[in-house]
Amino acid sequence: MENEAGALSRVAGLFSARGYNIESLTVAPTIDPSLSRMTLVTSGTEQIIEQITKQLNKLVDIVRLQDMTEGEHLERELMLVKLRVSNHQEREEVKRFADIFRGRIIDVSDLSYTLELTGSSSKLDAFVGNLGNIQVMELVRSGVIGIARGDKILNL
Amino acid sequence: MEITGAEIFVRCLEDEGVDCLFGYPGGAVLHIYDALYRQDKVKHFLVRHEQAATHAADGYARATGKPGVVLVTSGPGATNAVTGIATAHLDSIPLVVFTGQVPTSLIGNDAFQEVDSVGITRPCVKHNFLVKDIKDLATTIKKAFYVATTGRPGPVVVDIPKDVTAQRAEYHYPAEVSLRSYNPVVKGHIGQIRRAVKLMAQAKRPMLYTGGGVVLDNASEELTELTRLLNFPITETLMGLGAYPATDKQFVGMLGMHGTYEANLGMHNCDVLVAIGARFDDRVTGNIEKFCPTAKIIHIDIDPASISKNVKVDVPIVGSVRAVLKDMLKLVRGSSFKTDEAALAEWWKQIEEWRSMDCLKYDSSGPVIKPQMVVEKLYQVTNGEAFVTSDVGQHQMWAAQYYKFDQPRRWINSGGLGTMGFGMPAAMGVQLAYPDATVACITGEGSIQMNIQELSTLKQYGLPIKVITLNNGYLGMVRQWQEFFYDKRYAMSYMESLPDFVKLAESYGHAGIRVEKPSDVEGALKEAMSVRDRVVFMDFITDKEENVYPMIPAGAGQNEMILV
Repeated sequence: MENEAGALSRVAGLFSARGYNIESLTVAPTIDPSLSRMTLVTSGTEQIIEQITKQLNKLVDIVRLQDMTEGEHLERELMLVKLRVSNHQEREEVKRFADIFRGRIIDVSDLSYTLELTGSSSKLDAFVGNLGNIQVMELVRSGVIGIARGDKILNL
Repeated sequence: MEITGAEIFVRCLEDEGVDCLFGYPGGAVLHIYDALYRQDKVKHFLVRHEQAATHAADGYARATGKPGVVLVTSGPGATNAVTGIATAHLDSIPLVVFTGQVPTSLIGNDAFQEVDSVGITRPCVKHNFLVKDIKDLATTIKKAFYVATTGRPGPVVVDIPKDVTAQRAEYHYPAEVSLRSYNPVVKGHIGQIRRAVKLMAQAKRPMLYTGGGVVLDNASEELTELTRLLNFPITETLMGLGAYPATDKQFVGMLGMHGTYEANLGMHNCDVLVAIGARFDDRVTGNIEKFCPTAKIIHIDIDPASISKNVKVDVPIVGSVRAVLKDMLKLVRGSSFKTDEAALAEWWKQIEEWRSMDCLKYDSSGPVIKPQMVVEKLYQVTNGEAFVTSDVGQHQMWAAQYYKFDQPRRWINSGGLGTMGFGMPAAMGVQLAYPDATVACITGEGSIQMNIQELSTLKQYGLPIKVITLNNGYLGMVRQWQEFFYDKRYAMSYMESLPDFVKLAESYGHAGIRVEKPSDVEGALKEAMSVRDRVVFMDFITDKEENVYPMIPAGAGQNEMILV
């Protein structure tokens, strides 16, 4: 989409005005600074997805649109999570979890570890679901970004 | 040579061929008004309320096919224009609305007369722009006209901060403009068109269902030729009236909630439905589950998002209606094309049987004026050649049912948004475009009061429109629904303390006529139509509790009409 003020709110406004669901939405400039790339995760029946696609294509700021789920694709999400670790045992447990889920501890304090994890949304869900007694102090997720597998690209 | 932003603005309009501009001045657009004052190519018409400016520009656009242009100030100027912008949006009317904005340095400061015009109008425009740099002004204006008038037309707002209109730059108006993210399709897919034509050839009970898209794309000629070649029955939506001559025998009347018996039963029983520039609005389809249960549906529309939005179609064709109809005509004129004439004869027999119900008949023998009769007489007195605008409600439906439009762009009403107060300002725009034409605004005593201040504008510019008020003392359509569905509890649908419309019109320097007897209707209309130098405001005191029939109640199927 055009990297212009208001482009994002056109998309967000379309979803709220027509009652569509946004599960996550990420947007950032691309290699071409005049363009931004947005990855939006939504859900609905086939007919709703078709309407969403058409309505988005109608927005003047949208340059190209691709339904990633129509082909093989990769998706990743980044999570930063601050966990309370008040004793040695909890620190060890968190380090072990981080290893298992290929996360990294990127900040520490007397009371907390802050972890970075990337992966599919379900992997991040699984991590959070397995924390057991470890208390989550704060959690922030980036929303999903996606790219097609193989040589296929989203070109203009 | 460098000129100011305000001068650039005026030069752009001039180069775009804009001959009239509807607006209202204010702080943020003072530089622009000063530039307008110092030239005479672009004529500015001063309305009395910004909503009327948008409706007037809208009426102008509907009647001429050219974009309507509006200029209002920031803040309340912009918010007052919103209803008119939304009205144009729902009916796909090309408008370019310029809103003044506070200086860029004050944007976001809650400055005097500041609103986020781009934010407020975003959901009801085709696109909008905020011009932050004088260097972008001319190109943005070009883009605005391009986007408003191409593809599926619609309103475009350009918000211009005051400082931008004071800055100086070289003037260059681009001859053409392109947007990488906006490329409307024109030609339809020929394979799909062939499939459609094949289906039409096999049809035993076909219906053509056409909408505002035919009018917008100036495709009446193609539609008329195709319809006659096919010998199919044709029905039109409220927005489509006039695209095919209403007096022709193949026309079965308007369809939908207040459509004719023959049109709605034709729809319900057809086996092939050809939807052309129509969008399956809920007022047309009734209960979607019961809509055209036996039909294969072909849908031609320039907007892919209109296709299969409400009703799943079998043969979608994305393209300009006119281009697609031209392609269809080539195939239909070809020697290999043949319709099923025997089946069509049977189908017509059935349709004529439905038509013989005469669902629009009404009893006019009583002592009070029937509103339908006023419209019928207006049709006769104007030889069916007037431009007719309307407001919203019962009178709108009677106008659509009883004035037979043989030409497109003659019937001008707010179909999608249903905006009361639309009719009189729209008529101003039409009369400005066609100074010698007869322009009648059919309205009610409720609607007319929503923009009655425009009587002053009409006086200022000497626009001799004819106001036909069907005055029943009720918000008639509200009352009708309350009668049918709320056990006659007429909550707030009664208009007390009405003004004396005759005196009111006279106070503005217009003529006023009150008509209370059926026998006076025709004479009064004739007299009014002969007045060419001023507005004639006609106040017809009509049957208070007349209802619009037929009616498909909300949620019912097309075959479940209330007839009387």
